[in-house]
This record gives sequence, structure tokens and C-alpha cells, in this order.
Amino acid sequence: MSPIVKKVAQLMVGIIFMYGIYIIVHGHLTPGGGFAGGAVISGAFILLVLAFGSNVMNLKSREEGSSVVESVAILFFLLLAVLAFFIGTTIFFSNYLPKGNIGELISAGVIPLYNIAVGVEVAAALFTIFLALVIYKEEIST
Amino acid sequence: MELILSILLLFMIAGALYALFAKDLLSALIACGIVGYGLVICFLLLKAPDLAIVQIVVESITLIIMVAVVLDSTREDLKETIVLKEKGVSYINAKYVFNVLTVIVLALFFLFFFNQAIDKLEPLGQHVTRMSSAYIEHAAEKTGSANLVTGVIFDFRGYDTLGEITILFTAVVGVLTILRLKGRK
Repeated sequence: MSPIVKKVAQLMVGIIFMYGIYIIVHGHLTPGGGFAGGAVISGAFILLVLAFGSNVMNLKSREEGSSVVESVAILFFLLLAVLAFFIGTTIFFSNYLPKGNIGELISAGVIPLYNIAVGVEVAAALFTIFLALVIYKEEIST
Repeated sequence: MELILSILLLFMIAGALYALFAKDLLSALIACGIVGYGLVICFLLLKAPDLAIVQIVVESITLIIMVAVVLDSTREDLKETIVLKEKGVSYINAKYVFNVLTVIVLALFFLFFFNQAIDKLEPLGQHVTRMSSAYIEHAAEKTGSANLVTGVIFDFRGYDTLGEITILFTAVVGVLTILRLKGRK
């Protein structure tokens, strides 16, 4: 890509990434949540790969890393749900942490933690699919 | 608002039809984008900002990926030419008449029953099930989450969310399995 695209991508990617984190963390207060924020974060990574081309970065190892992150996120989500059994309640998806005041950032018990797990999962999943397509194209052309 | 929604839906139908019959694949993709972004405006009008955010981001990403694929391929629709009219053979035969009659009969059938159903429906935006009003009244105090949608999908409907991210996980595993020419070592 041309230097203009590269420079604009460099400037924008950080802001897009921060916005995705904001949407995930404030998922229990404002519209959005894990799915929306994860999609925004994966959009930031995809913009980076599109602007700088596939030969700059070492993409193979990145694909393995993102798929590992995805698996760890889904395990974390399950672990959060199972943890309720050890704390004392008998419901699978129980909200066992203290609720706090409605409307504050640290409130709503385990819901923000679920949000973070789902956000990491969605971001890693969409980015893994994109990377798989890019690597497939490279393998087919060589 | 229903008028605006109807106009938007007609616009989206026109875009989808154009995408079906376009010769150039790139213009077909842009027409697909009309459908997706029209859906975003529909969600915003129906007061579902959570869905609108997800829809606009996923639509942009998939559109970018598809444009990249189309720019890399032939860009032409590989459609074999269908000969509709041969010499000496009449255009209207028994099969043609049967097809047209089936479409007309089914259209009338569904129009009649949809018309009956619309009379029985509640007006747009009013919920009818008892659970929904219970959710709206008690979700905030029971889950502690100010955003009711998040409270419902992560607390009351936790299994649902688990199923959704499992579907995403399965999709990624499927993509990684199919898009492997040499196999992993």
C-alpha cells in the first residue's frame, strides 16, 4: 500500500483498539458489549494487516497465537461459569460476586468478566479467520 | 416510523435483487453492502443500538474481506448462458405454465394468511409475553447491570451466550481445517 495509507493506518489503529476496549469494559453500562467490542478490536488488527501487507509481519506464528488466545478465552468463560459451584451456589451461570451500585464501572458482579472473555474470544476468532484466508492465498501462490 | 422502515426495506430488497443479477462481482458486493448498512439503520430506528454496533462492524469487515477476494479473482460472473428460446420451440410450455400458476397460488395463499395474522398482532414495539415485562422491571436490580441487554444475555441467558461463542469457536476450527493445503506438521 502507499505511504499515505500506511501512515493513516498507523494513526488510526491505536484509537480503534482503545475504542474496542472501551466498548467491552463498559458493556454493562452503555450499548455494546463483548461481541461488538471484540469485532472492533479485530477490525483494528485487520486494518494493520491490510495496510502493511502480509510479508512484513511473521503471520504464521501470529495465526497460531490468535487461535491459542481464542481457545484460552473460551476456557476462561467456562471456568467463570463453573466457579459458581465451588463458591457455594448450585446454579451454573450464577452471579456470585457482589453486585455493587448500579451504574458504576465496577459493578454487576461477574458480568464484566464474562464481557471481557467474550470480547477476547470474538476478536481472536474473527482475526484468526482473516489470517487463515491471507495465509491460504500465500500458500496457493507459492 | 413504519413508513421510513418500509422505504428502507424496499431499498434493501432492490439492492439484494441487483446483487443477484449484476454482471460485475464488485458492483454486486456494493449492492450487498446496501442491504447490510440498511439493516444498521433499521436497527437504530427500532432502538437496538447493541445490535447496530455489531452489525456495522461485522458488515464492514466481511465486506472488506469479500472485496479483497473479488479483486484478487476474475471479477466476472462465471455463468453459463441459458438458452431460453430455441428455434421452432414455443416459449410457453406446460412446465412454464405450471411454474407461473404455482407462484400465483402460493402468493395469494400467503397474502391471505399474513393479512389475517397482521390483524391479530400487537402494534410495533409492544411486547406480549409476560417474561419480557418481568425482565424489563427486575433485570437491573437482579443482575446489577445498567445495560439490560447485557444483563439478560450474560445472566438470565448465560447458556445462550455459551452456545454462541461455541459456534464461533467451531467456525474458526472449521475454517482452519478447510484452508490447509499442506497440513500442519
